[in-house]
Amino acid sequence: MKRLQLTLLQIGVGIALLGIWHIVTNYPLLGDVKTARFFFSTPLDVTERIWKLFVSGSIWKHLWITLSETMLAFVIGSGAGIVIGFWFARQPLVAAVFDPYVKMANALPRVVLAPIFMLWFGLGIWSKVALGFTLVFFIVFFNVYQGVKEVSPVVLANARMLGMNERQLLRHVYWPSALSWMFSSLHTSVGFALVGAVVGEYLGSAAGLGYLIHEAEGTFDVTGVFAGMVILSAFVILIDYCVTLVEGRLLSWRPPAAGHS
Amino acid sequence: MTALTAAPVDASAAHAPAVALHEVSVRFGQGADLFEAVSRVDLCVAAGEFVAIVGPTGCGKSTLLNVAAGLLTPALGRAEIHGRPVAGITREAGYLFQQDALMPWKTALANVAVALEVAGIAQTEAQQRAQALLTRVGLARFLHRYPHQLSGGQRKRVALAQMLIRDPAILLMDEPFGPLDAQTRGLMGDLLLQLWQADRKAVLFVTHDLDEAISLADRVVVMSAGPSSRIVADHQIDLPRPRAINEVRHEPRFHALQRAIWDDLRDEVMKTYGAEMGGAA
Repeated sequence: MKRLQLTLLQIGVGIALLGIWHIVTNYPLLGDVKTARFFFSTPLDVTERIWKLFVSGSIWKHLWITLSETMLAFVIGSGAGIVIGFWFARQPLVAAVFDPYVKMANALPRVVLAPIFMLWFGLGIWSKVALGFTLVFFIVFFNVYQGVKEVSPVVLANARMLGMNERQLLRHVYWPSALSWMFSSLHTSVGFALVGAVVGEYLGSAAGLGYLIHEAEGTFDVTGVFAGMVILSAFVILIDYCVTLVEGRLLSWRPPAAGHS
Repeated sequence: MTALTAAPVDASAAHAPAVALHEVSVRFGQGADLFEAVSRVDLCVAAGEFVAIVGPTGCGKSTLLNVAAGLLTPALGRAEIHGRPVAGITREAGYLFQQDALMPWKTALANVAVALEVAGIAQTEAQQRAQALLTRVGLARFLHRYPHQLSGGQRKRVALAQMLIRDPAILLMDEPFGPLDAQTRGLMGDLLLQLWQADRKAVLFVTHDLDEAISLADRVVVMSAGPSSRIVADHQIDLPRPRAINEVRHEPRFHALQRAIWDDLRDEVMKTYGAEMGGAA
């Protein structure tokens, strides 16, 4: 019953917000309706625009582009983060030498890299993948590094006593530990991959959700901007849900979050 | 069970003790921070013998185990296993840690089976044997649980199975039942004795609990307060076997032994206590 109540309340808030939006943009309560519509569009117009985008099928291309940029940034960024994270954690000297440069690179706000990447990789998907990569890489890198460093010394000593050699330690102890740290940041890294893609598209591209929003903005098409934002939010929620499913499978060995044991 | 890691035992080694520490000293740190944990310790564990080490906290009991296991190299002295000097990890030994040492990302079954898999045994066979042993320690219904889904006592049983499945000739145990509650400790002691009775491995068992030491061991060795701990007493435990932990404790002979050993141990415990109080002031 409680769950149902909560859901009803959540839906209620949504309807109320849409209602206020509708009233303000249709009835002259807070000034001129035309001005309000120019700045905020109306819920019905936005719905209609989203409907048209899906019915005409033009949205699928943009969604597909953004999705592939996100996935590529995530996969390549994670791969590099895992390899380098492992390498640094196992070779303290390498880690010490590169430490200031890693910190410097990570301190740089990624948006400033976008023009450079566009110059290097063009306006296609790869400049967006590169931007997402710079975001994902550091998250995964730091987590894997930490995961390998923070393997419990007792678990490690025990594994050695069980007769594991270095290669077996890597497979049975270091690797699962590093992966568990990486997966715990899965939501963040997938989210950042998407941010990289959309920001990249926004700054210069010919397709994708970021492009769609940017294009609408360029013509003061507020309805288009809002439609793009709604689709983007739904897209993010969908991806986040998929990540939760994957995470549940991969981290089933983990105790349920703090508060227990 | 067959010995997987059994190194060929030559004639001279057959008579050598399972574990022999000669004049072993272990030091930590450097310069002004140099700290000698144990000093010139001689200790032998014969094949098939169950030796318990008791002593006040911080006396370096675990240090001796780590030397025998090959996890620590002594500053002075020699450590030998079956007459051969320890070099690297001691393959013939199984180690049961005080803390949780199971791999949290593996189920109970996988944790035990992996000990065989890394020795080159096929996964199916490893899992069958792991399942059989886990059934023997009473965990048949918990094979597919992860460590965090098991109780402290159950985790210890898994760790015990993990150690025993390789059939090591020597068992090194570092206050293994320390974190458990009193009842579970008794049960775990009985389980250990029952498993040990079957094939009498050499055991070096560290504990701070004198009653536990007496009820389990053939010999109880008392260490002095640290730093620079030494062995100050060595008592044979002549209680008949097989023993049941909760019953052996009511025998008059048990009390006599307990009194005799406590006389040696008490002074050392008081020294440690005094040093800690002095340090706190």
